[in-house]
Amino acid sequence: MTPLSSCLLLSSLLFSVGFAGVLMRRNAILILIGIELMLNAANLNFIAFWRYGSAPEALTGVMFVIFSIGVAAAEAAVGLALIISIYRHRKTTQIDRMNSMRG
Amino acid sequence: MTWIVRNLWLIPALPALAAGLSALAKRHQRRFSASLAIGAMGLSFLLSLCAFSQVMLAIAHGQASRQVVNFPWFQFGDQWLKLGWMLDPLTAIMLVMVTFVGLLIFIYSTGYMAHDDNFTRFFCFLSLFAAAMLGVVIANSLLLLFMCWELVGLTSYLLIGFWYHKPSAAAAAKKAFITTRIGDLAFLVGMLWLFSQAGTLLFYDQGAGCLEHSALTAMVAHLTSIGMAASTGIALLIFAGAVGKSGQVPLHVWLPDAMEGPTPVSALIHAATMVAAGVFLVARVYPLMAAHSDTASVITATTALQVVTWIGAITAVFAALIAVAQNDIKRILAYSTVSQLGYMMMGLGVGGVAVGMFHLITHAFFKSLLFMGAGSVIHGCQEEQDIRRMGGLSKLMPITFATYAVGMLALCGFPLFFSGFWSKDAILHAAMGWSISRVPFYLGSLGALLTAFYMTRQVYYVFFGTSRLASHNEVAPATHAPHSTSATPHESPSNMTVPLVLLATCAILLGAIGTPAWPWFDSFLSGESPVFAFAGFLEHGILPVMLTSTLIVFLGLALGWWFYGRKPILSADRPDALEQLHPGIFHVLQNKFYVDELYEHTVIRWNSALATFSDWLDRWVWNGVVMSVSNLVLGLSWLARSTDTYLVNTSFDEGCHTVTTSGKLLARLQSGRTQSYLRMVGIAFAALVLVLIWSARS
Repeated sequence: MTPLSSCLLLSSLLFSVGFAGVLMRRNAILILIGIELMLNAANLNFIAFWRYGSAPEALTGVMFVIFSIGVAAAEAAVGLALIISIYRHRKTTQIDRMNSMRG
Repeated sequence: MTWIVRNLWLIPALPALAAGLSALAKRHQRRFSASLAIGAMGLSFLLSLCAFSQVMLAIAHGQASRQVVNFPWFQFGDQWLKLGWMLDPLTAIMLVMVTFVGLLIFIYSTGYMAHDDNFTRFFCFLSLFAAAMLGVVIANSLLLLFMCWELVGLTSYLLIGFWYHKPSAAAAAKKAFITTRIGDLAFLVGMLWLFSQAGTLLFYDQGAGCLEHSALTAMVAHLTSIGMAASTGIALLIFAGAVGKSGQVPLHVWLPDAMEGPTPVSALIHAATMVAAGVFLVARVYPLMAAHSDTASVITATTALQVVTWIGAITAVFAALIAVAQNDIKRILAYSTVSQLGYMMMGLGVGGVAVGMFHLITHAFFKSLLFMGAGSVIHGCQEEQDIRRMGGLSKLMPITFATYAVGMLALCGFPLFFSGFWSKDAILHAAMGWSISRVPFYLGSLGALLTAFYMTRQVYYVFFGTSRLASHNEVAPATHAPHSTSATPHESPSNMTVPLVLLATCAILLGAIGTPAWPWFDSFLSGESPVFAFAGFLEHGILPVMLTSTLIVFLGLALGWWFYGRKPILSADRPDALEQLHPGIFHVLQNKFYVDELYEHTVIRWNSALATFSDWLDRWVWNGVVMSVSNLVLGLSWLARSTDTYLVNTSFDEGCHTVTTSGKLLARLQSGRTQSYLRMVGIAFAALVLVLIWSARS
């Protein structure tokens, strides 16, 4: 097993865990945590493909991941803010209660 | 050009402004509207005096006596339609007459109309009338003259129908308006013809006007298809307008009925000014009337002038005959007015502008005097107008009687001291010398005899004998109480009698300006300085005519005395002295020669037959066409509606139903739960990965 494929295996495991959390959990904050896990799986892929890719000298992968983490932080902040405002409005963070968009 | 010529428009504009302002006044602002109207008229009178003295000065200095101001009104094609005003002797003398008589009548009206509820409206109309009449007088364009002429007709309509709640007044107003409209239609056609011939409607425009030599020559030379010169045709059409306005014979029927209006209106409009507008119009377009070709060796009267003369002469006698048998005090004066207007027309026809206009001016004064005197009598007798129910008023109303007597003597043409004598004499003298025929002279003399006779009859009925009013008043003793203190006739207030006295003075003094010895009026109109010479009396034919007319007047007065003054009239219900003499003729005269009935049975019947036919045509033919078209449209729209309801709507509803059902079906997928959506995404993603892997393998 090459180091790349083991890295990819790890990242897909991480992604699956995060995805399962997103699908299973009812608490919006825990869903957010799941999303963060999926995001980090993607970051791990970036690093792996860069490290074992054709041009590891240029720091493109690292740069991309740093950006991604920055964006993810901002996204997490926005997500939390949304959740808090929903909580203030509806007194709950249970996502299955928030079905007012039902057709 | 002097100030007054440039600002001549102010003379009609001031009364027009007063009319506009009093139209805005409230009903109770009586003093405001009356003083506004009188003030505007007074200012116009002063301006007219300025204009008059301006013309006098110009004549004295030998300058041109006619000054015009023209201005473009609007453009059509490459031509400008111009309007304008002018100041010439004719305008000046008319301005002074109209504003002076108008002013006196305005003052008189404040007394006569004092008890009327619509006092402000009355003064609004009067001012509007004065404005329009002054516009007619100063107009230098036939179009402007026509516009003001129609305005005059309108105000006449409004004022005759002033007491519109009286059916007879409303009918009289309508009759006046429609009858004069017949003449005005001819006038309009004549005006259009004139425009097509001359290319302008300005009277005088530095040689380019339609009354100036070049245009007249062209119009005389232009023969129509029936061999009549264009100038003659135009002149006759314009004269038809004058016939309508001045109550000449075929169209005279409206004028006596117009007496339904308030008496100041009768005095102002239907005696002094408006009806004289027709005579004035003929005088204004006199160059057109008298236009003849230069090649004619012997100058005789033109066709147009002959028509004017004959119509005038016939009217003079016809109306005088009717006046003999009337019993309404104002109606007698109305027929007398028609008759005198006939004299003026005859004067214009036989003797030219000066002869006709002189009678117009003197008549304006003494006839408005007579009307206002009659108004005073009516006012004093509790609105009684039947002369058979008056009598004995000479002691009760001395001022009215004295002034009325002056007016009556002036109208009869009592020799030497009264203006009517000189003006009527001038007409008779001119008729004597007319080259075509002597008949107008005889007709005129007969008219003079009748005039003296019916005026004597009227005066004896109204002012002499015993009062026959009491028998009438017993019916309603108390109802008049707020208006008069007693049932006996009383003298009118001073704002009514002072104008009477002023007019009476004028009726006497005005004669002096047109005597054969000092023909000031004649020379003023022709723009020369007058010469004083007693030799004028010795001119050919003047003394015999004067003697004849004097004899005629005395004969008329004597006949009147013989029938009505010899023994006092005792009872109102006794038949008239003439009726006893010859009841048949008297009844024909009393019924105005049945002219109204004749019109009723001819013109009005044809008109209503035509109206019935038009109604039938409208109802059955045109209505049928319209109805069938509308039914067709209705059928088409019914078809369209059924297509809509049963075809389009049904299929559309079906489509909508399908969409709704499928929408409901699909809406179930939209659970609103984020996680179920994600689950679908996850499943789809896994399926995608599997497909990719599987496809990579194979």
